[in-house]
Amino acid sequence: MNISKETVKYISNLARIELTEEEIEKFSLQLNDILRYIEQLKEIDITNISPTAHILPISNVKRSDEPRSSLKIDEVLKNAPQKEGLFFKVPKVIE
Amino acid sequence: MLNTKTAHELLDLISSGEVSYEDVLVDVKSQIKKTESKIKAYAHPPNNVESVSQGSLLKGIPIAIKDNICTKEYLTTCSSHILEGFNPPYDATVIERLKEKGALIFGKTNMDEFAFGSSCETSFYGPSRNPWDLDRVPGGSSGGSAAAVASDEAIWALGSDTGGSIRQPASLCGVVGLKPTYGRVSRYGLIAFASSLDQIGPITKDVYDTALLLNIIAGHDNRDSTSINIETEDYLKCLEKDIKGLKIAIPKEYFIKGLDKEVGDSIRETRSTLEKLGASFKEVSLPHTKYAVAVYYILATAEASSNLARFDGVQYGFRERNIDKKETGPMISMYKQSRGKGFGLEAKRRIILGTYVLSSGYYDAYYLRALKVRTLIKKDFDEVFKEFDCIITPTSPTPAFKIGERLENPLSMYLSDIYTISANLSGIPAISIPCGFTKGRLPIGLQILSAPFKERDLLRTAYTFEQNTDWHKAKPKI
Repeated sequence: MNISKETVKYISNLARIELTEEEIEKFSLQLNDILRYIEQLKEIDITNISPTAHILPISNVKRSDEPRSSLKIDEVLKNAPQKEGLFFKVPKVIE
Repeated sequence: MLNTKTAHELLDLISSGEVSYEDVLVDVKSQIKKTESKIKAYAHPPNNVESVSQGSLLKGIPIAIKDNICTKEYLTTCSSHILEGFNPPYDATVIERLKEKGALIFGKTNMDEFAFGSSCETSFYGPSRNPWDLDRVPGGSSGGSAAAVASDEAIWALGSDTGGSIRQPASLCGVVGLKPTYGRVSRYGLIAFASSLDQIGPITKDVYDTALLLNIIAGHDNRDSTSINIETEDYLKCLEKDIKGLKIAIPKEYFIKGLDKEVGDSIRETRSTLEKLGASFKEVSLPHTKYAVAVYYILATAEASSNLARFDGVQYGFRERNIDKKETGPMISMYKQSRGKGFGLEAKRRIILGTYVLSSGYYDAYYLRALKVRTLIKKDFDEVFKEFDCIITPTSPTPAFKIGERLENPLSMYLSDIYTISANLSGIPAISIPCGFTKGRLPIGLQILSAPFKERDLLRTAYTFEQNTDWHKAKPKI
């Protein structure tokens, strides 16, 4: 297993995080250390073992579909880095 | 010096009319003025208070809150640059409950950025320090909460625990910290790190306060679909000073290379104290213990990479203004550059690792395999709890380490949580209580674990030990 600098760059694009060259270099080395440590899981026999994503025996929790009050729009927008009227404002998406 | 007291001691004093909650606030503030420049426990220190609803139970007693729990009156930033200035429009469920009972929300405590760390050093605001030795870390990620309580800059506090983030700092600072059973306390308003592992819990000066606080925050909440709808109990009633007949297991896998000698000796001494008090002991095996850290760093980073996708510079927090458009277009460039500058190193490292283990071609090898080993780790505990009421272990393999010592080697930092992570993976409750000191006067913590929703067993054990020893009464000289 080897995480090359190219892999780190590829993953950082998937994660939408811009990394500096220095960070890419550093992460490539450190992630290799961590993955080498994680490799030890390969020694366990997991045939017929079911996965545990969640420890509680509850799933598909539903509630009745009734309207409830929500936050006021000015409260929702008060933390926005940029807003206009009733909207969050973002850089131009469509050319 | 009312700030040195526990919440239940203060409640008695206020009820009898000897002091008022204002007297308590004065003393807490004066302690903060005196020691906060050294400890740096707070990310957002207490505001001036104009009025308090001294409702029923808690009578205006102040509580410090970890900076990842949403509070209307205080910024909530997860000690991260990317949430700078975020002022939540709502309170977390635990905050609502505390207010209903008359608690005063009093300051937000420093933490590792997004709870990613075991030392409080990854905070955007800089590290908190251990009140017992200012050159050492308070532990993490709830290091600010533990340091505030240990230094009497807070009466008590809330933390959150994903892999040991309440218990390890409680251990390193010589206070009490409880991670409740997964599903016991609502996570609504807790900014998510790893949703299948996170729990909110108390950090206090004694076990009584932990039970008192758990009584308030525990219980079903229909805004958190993972909070379980079963009866809670009066945890104060679990505080019997008697453990005769209690069966306690000691797992041999926790007493291995890497365990500090003084910590090991202290736990063995604790065992003989508990034996004298009437508990019986047996060595057991939790055979998959050694895989817990590896499983955790796959699952926790995978969940984190998904949870932290919401920090994109659109709805709240930091946005990079001078966007270099490059080849990806203005919108995606804005995402990438805001996240690149807004997240600190450890957050980026974990998001990259989590994205990697979930990425196409690696999902089965890492994520799915880790979920299966998680099943085995949980089964180990199920087996032991068929026969035993509690398990005891050290909370941390070492006492508080030096600031900077593990920062450049992430794996060595991750191994700080080797004894605490399994409880999160299995969802079981676990508490850390003070059980000794090293020769260098650093606190040592005992971890007690019990079966899911059997907080009563670990509280009873913790309370009995505490009431027969004096470790929790020691105070640091700052």
